[in-house]
Amino acid sequence: MGRAVTPVERLVVLLREPTGAVALSLTEWTDALTVARAELLLGTLAHRVDGLALPAPVARVLADARVEAEETRRAALWEANRVARALRPLRIPAILLKGTAFVAAGLAAGRGRSIGDCDILIPRATLPEAEALLAQAGWEWVKSDPYDDHYYREWMHELPPLIHRERDRMLDVHHTILPPTARPKPDAAALIARAEKLDGGLAVLSHPDMIVHAAAHLFADGDLTGGLRNLWDIHALIEERGCDGVESQAARHDLAKAVARALRLAHAIYATPVPPAYRRATVIDRLYRRRMLARDGWGRGRHPVTRGAFYLRSHAIRMPLPLLARHLWIKWRKGKAAPASE
Amino acid sequence: MSGPRYRAAGAELLIVEPLDLFTAVFHRPSGMTHLLTEPAPQILEVLAGEALTADALLARLSQDYELGDAAGEGAAMLQARLEELEAAGLIDAR
Amino acid sequence: MKHHVTLRVGPVGFRIGSDWRDPIDAVTALYRDYPRADFADYTVRLEAASPIRRWFRPSIHIAGDYRLPEAAPLPLAQGLLAAELGMNLQMALGHRRHLLLHAAVVARDDRAMLMSGISGAGKSTLSLLLARRGWRFLGDEFALIDPLTGLACPFPRAISLKNESLSVIPPDSHTGPLLTGTPKGDIRHVAPDAPAIAGMDRPARPTLLVFPRFGFPSASRVLPPAEAFVRLTQASTNYVAMGEAGFRVLTRLRSQVPAIALDYPDGAAGVAAVEALWDAL
Repeated sequence: MGRAVTPVERLVVLLREPTGAVALSLTEWTDALTVARAELLLGTLAHRVDGLALPAPVARVLADARVEAEETRRAALWEANRVARALRPLRIPAILLKGTAFVAAGLAAGRGRSIGDCDILIPRATLPEAEALLAQAGWEWVKSDPYDDHYYREWMHELPPLIHRERDRMLDVHHTILPPTARPKPDAAALIARAEKLDGGLAVLSHPDMIVHAAAHLFADGDLTGGLRNLWDIHALIEERGCDGVESQAARHDLAKAVARALRLAHAIYATPVPPAYRRATVIDRLYRRRMLARDGWGRGRHPVTRGAFYLRSHAIRMPLPLLARHLWIKWRKGKAAPASE
Repeated sequence: MSGPRYRAAGAELLIVEPLDLFTAVFHRPSGMTHLLTEPAPQILEVLAGEALTADALLARLSQDYELGDAAGEGAAMLQARLEELEAAGLIDAR
Repeated sequence: MKHHVTLRVGPVGFRIGSDWRDPIDAVTALYRDYPRADFADYTVRLEAASPIRRWFRPSIHIAGDYRLPEAAPLPLAQGLLAAELGMNLQMALGHRRHLLLHAAVVARDDRAMLMSGISGAGKSTLSLLLARRGWRFLGDEFALIDPLTGLACPFPRAISLKNESLSVIPPDSHTGPLLTGTPKGDIRHVAPDAPAIAGMDRPARPTLLVFPRFGFPSASRVLPPAEAFVRLTQASTNYVAMGEAGFRVLTRLRSQVPAIALDYPDGAAGVAAVEALWDAL
């Protein structure tokens, strides 16, 4: 019994159990590296198999990936440094989120991680002053349309995305970790109060809160694009520092379901050492798993029906239906009007 | 008047390559390459040795260089350069 | 993907996949003498926008490991161009193993002359003419400088010649089809000659750096250090991405290799001028 292992399944196995890497053929490696790149996991893979005896052309690509990951880390830390410097007058720590947090705190989850934007969490009351300080220090809005601006401020959970004028890097400033219009209501004040300080005006979430945030981000914030990488974050966090406190914090932030699903999926895909209650996948879990493994050896997304369903769901999650209809209506109308204007 | 003391980023953080009128400086934490022309390389050199206020730096540089024909203009120009260097991360203000 | 080929050019392996057969046939024919490989550093995909568009008004979307989301699709007849653009894109956006300079590279006795300029500056034509005069051809689009050794690694992709330059293609060349109506006009690809392909694993030491400008009265000028440095950073697609290694490679190149800005009125004058510069070293 058994169909052939698909390239994405092979990637997952390599991440889980790197010693199998020595058995791969060159064509299997071409597929595995293509999938890893598409899933933003090439740096992670390169660290997992570092030191194994691999064919020279493969080893070169992986060495390149480790060098690139080092440069990514440097750029992320510098951006955090500049953000902290700009926000110094606020006299509160800027709490780093996601990849930047992992590298700033020296966590295993940061090793080889691809990092794009800088994400920070600050108290809602400080947003206006933060906005002004960032503008002074060279950040600008990415979206300048007043409707989109309103959408971001009122309905999303962040200032509109910022980009630095000279460095060309994006910054997302959050005051909570889910949109106010989404159903779960995390306790932003508790997240901030339990944050762990680093040097230089920076901080990161406490360990259990990091896992809760990663789970929220994985399910409640998107259509699961990048799911394998986000799930790997959760796996690496748990493998390094365990699960203590995660369940109680999940309940505290109204995210028990999302966290439970994240733990079950991490175990199912990456064999993460989770508590026994999370070691069996449900029927819905299998749909999520299918969505996460929807990529072929050429780097293309597969299963268009599943992917489409998740995209619709992701928009619905961010905004309840009546609001969503109005938002899409206005967007559609604006799209129609565009060609006629001069 | 006091004001902050400026200090250059540690030598291990910079790679300096003199060219001609210009000096190329690679700042490792930011990954940025700066092309500096007088008096910026001289400022970096002095501030690598010790932390100085803007006034003290002006006095030190004036020993060897012409910095504008009145104390006011030289000081203003120096302040502008210091702010640029600080924004780039090449010097810190304490 | 149904149709594909994996080939190696110098130190880089490319896997090219396509929803249609014709582009792969064109690539395979043009690169018939190049080594095939089982492993690819980069993957290029030539894709139809939807299953219907595979047959109905077929147009090629260029995708792969690295892509430009706003790039306009190309008609199926320009499949070879799409494959070439796709390979260039992977290099420009993804390659960090070598410092990349927009330059043509030719060599004598494993000493290299780099001719740096953007597309259309005349470097492709010059490199083709010099190859006919016995110079070894190492590439016309990208110079690959090894950060450890400072050597230029051959990257002899097909040379793309456009519009007026089409007339310099020697009659006995192995070429691709004439592509008309492309975004850049008429284009034809010329395969590098046998010595270039045979030498694709033999690097050369950069010895002369030229910044040519086609269509001006003959003139040349030694570039002072700061100007040479700045022009080199502008000529590199991955200088910033390479970080510290990029700075070290570029400053070493600048300090070891003379840099000349050269104006020349036509191909023959250009060839004579660079050979004179070379002989005067």
